[in-house]
Amino acid sequence: MGLLYGLIAVGLALIFGLMDVTNFAHGEFLMIAMYLSFFLFAFFAIDPLLSAPLVAAAMFVFGAVVYLLVVRFAMRAKANAGMVQIFTTFGLAILMRGLAQFFFTPDYRSIPQSWVGGKTISIAGIFLPAPQLIGALVSILAFAGLYLFIHRTDFGRALEATREDPGAVALVGIDKNRVFALGWGLGAALVGLAGAIMASFFYIYPDVGASFALIAYVTVALGGFGSVFGAFAGGIIVGLVEATTALVLPPSLKSVGIYAVYLLVVFIRPRGLFGSM
Amino acid sequence: MDKNFTARRRRDLVIAAVLAALAALAPLVIKDVYVQNILILTLLYAALSQSWNILSGYCGQISLGHALYFGIGAYTTELLFTKFGVLPWFGMLAGGVIAAIIAMGLGYPFFRLRGHYFVIATIVIAEIGLLLFQNWEWAGAAMGITIPMRGDSWLKFQFMRSKLPYFYFALVLCSLAWFVTWWLEDSKWGFWWRAVKDNPEAAESLGVVVFNSKMGAAAVSAFLVAIGGAFYAQFLAYIDPESVMGFQFSLLMALPAVLGGIGTLWGPVLGAAILIPMTELTRSYIGGSGRGVDLIVYGTLIVLISLALPQGLVSLFSRTKAKGATR
Repeated sequence: MGLLYGLIAVGLALIFGLMDVTNFAHGEFLMIAMYLSFFLFAFFAIDPLLSAPLVAAAMFVFGAVVYLLVVRFAMRAKANAGMVQIFTTFGLAILMRGLAQFFFTPDYRSIPQSWVGGKTISIAGIFLPAPQLIGALVSILAFAGLYLFIHRTDFGRALEATREDPGAVALVGIDKNRVFALGWGLGAALVGLAGAIMASFFYIYPDVGASFALIAYVTVALGGFGSVFGAFAGGIIVGLVEATTALVLPPSLKSVGIYAVYLLVVFIRPRGLFGSM
Repeated sequence: MDKNFTARRRRDLVIAAVLAALAALAPLVIKDVYVQNILILTLLYAALSQSWNILSGYCGQISLGHALYFGIGAYTTELLFTKFGVLPWFGMLAGGVIAAIIAMGLGYPFFRLRGHYFVIATIVIAEIGLLLFQNWEWAGAAMGITIPMRGDSWLKFQFMRSKLPYFYFALVLCSLAWFVTWWLEDSKWGFWWRAVKDNPEAAESLGVVVFNSKMGAAAVSAFLVAIGGAFYAQFLAYIDPESVMGFQFSLLMALPAVLGGIGTLWGPVLGAAILIPMTELTRSYIGGSGRGVDLIVYGTLIVLISLALPQGLVSLFSRTKAKGATR
């Protein structure tokens, strides 16, 4: 489960953590991806696992378009840019929830039968639920991919440079909007991947994103802004803490443990575990 | 600047007095209960946003967890009232004091954090409060508390036949929050806060006790928001954790100030005056379908206003004024 949070958080780690743009619509990105996955299954009987790349591709376009149409302007604000970003993306989240309610109705939906849903895989005598296992695998791959991407490619360097000094970056001929649009696309594609995998074992409804989004913010902040590895570590810690809390406290209180650990960590290390900002 | 500043402050005070007087007379003309309801909510949100603005706008410590103080105000009042028969007036004050104490207690570790880390910490602490209240059997858990209605009474601050007493209380609360802000603007604290917001290191070096300034702002802000929470509970006669402590509520409280102009005297009032009627009208006229059209309209408007006027609606006025001055 921890790696699943990690998977949701990895897209956010890119947008919120690396580009330093507050995105309060991240949960809604997840929701849209889950619906996409659901409809691909309902109309074309494509298993969520197979459609995951499709969903990720569609979300890439969606993320880039959202950046170009909306977020780009939110970042131009000279005064209190942080608040403008928070409330622009918050408005966007409400808008997306409204659209989902309008087109998809508020009904709870689920994918009744998929390759992995409800099945278990036994490894060395331990039975693990298959969807979570796949989620964990994809999550590790996604993090490794993102890590290499940020640290080994020109694009990754351009991204970090753009966050640090947009002006200087423009001087060396990097188009800020192109870099950030790609970054947003990539972030959305990653959350699309998470959505596609989660669609096979979670109910899908317009407000589904909200409950995961908050934990994703905490995960990114726990690991520290500006660090891909931090978000990954944050995801694992969040999962472990949640599992441990569930043993001691009633299930309805399981998030309290996560939040408490976040507070504890930032009181000791005000920049998160591996943060550089 | 001194002369202008004093003149502006005197003008602000006159405008506020005139507006408050006009508002106090409004019920003579407006008899419709639905419209009165909207007015009450507008005043309440203006008050809440104004209080939020003290910590987040003036002092620059963006809190997205103020629902915690609102909830504490509401719950303190109602638990004292329903379990021990303490009159809401005392409960209200108790709630305010408890909220202020908690705000300072939290401020002690929180104010070391910066930027996103601080914002997320405020969200998280409010969320912990929400979860605890949802699981606290004695306080009604997720079901919440229904306040027993025993007839109209100023003593118990509950009125079934007319909404007017609530209206006047909301007006007083809103005026109070405005006046406190107005008064603080020109106080030592007000200057300290702005210094802390602009450049904490420089402020510190000039002898501003940054930490204490933040604590003061947090306490005042939490106290006023908790009073608002107590009022809200009496007004609705029903509270549950999600509706008084949810994360959405923290954002809704901040929204009028942000849209109106964060860190300005008139921003919250202006923002609430436009936002709340708009919210209520879209909800009742196009929200009935249950298909989320109201959310679509509401979301779109928030996006557009945030993008078009990053400094808030107040900037419209100052821009025209600046033009007039140069001419």
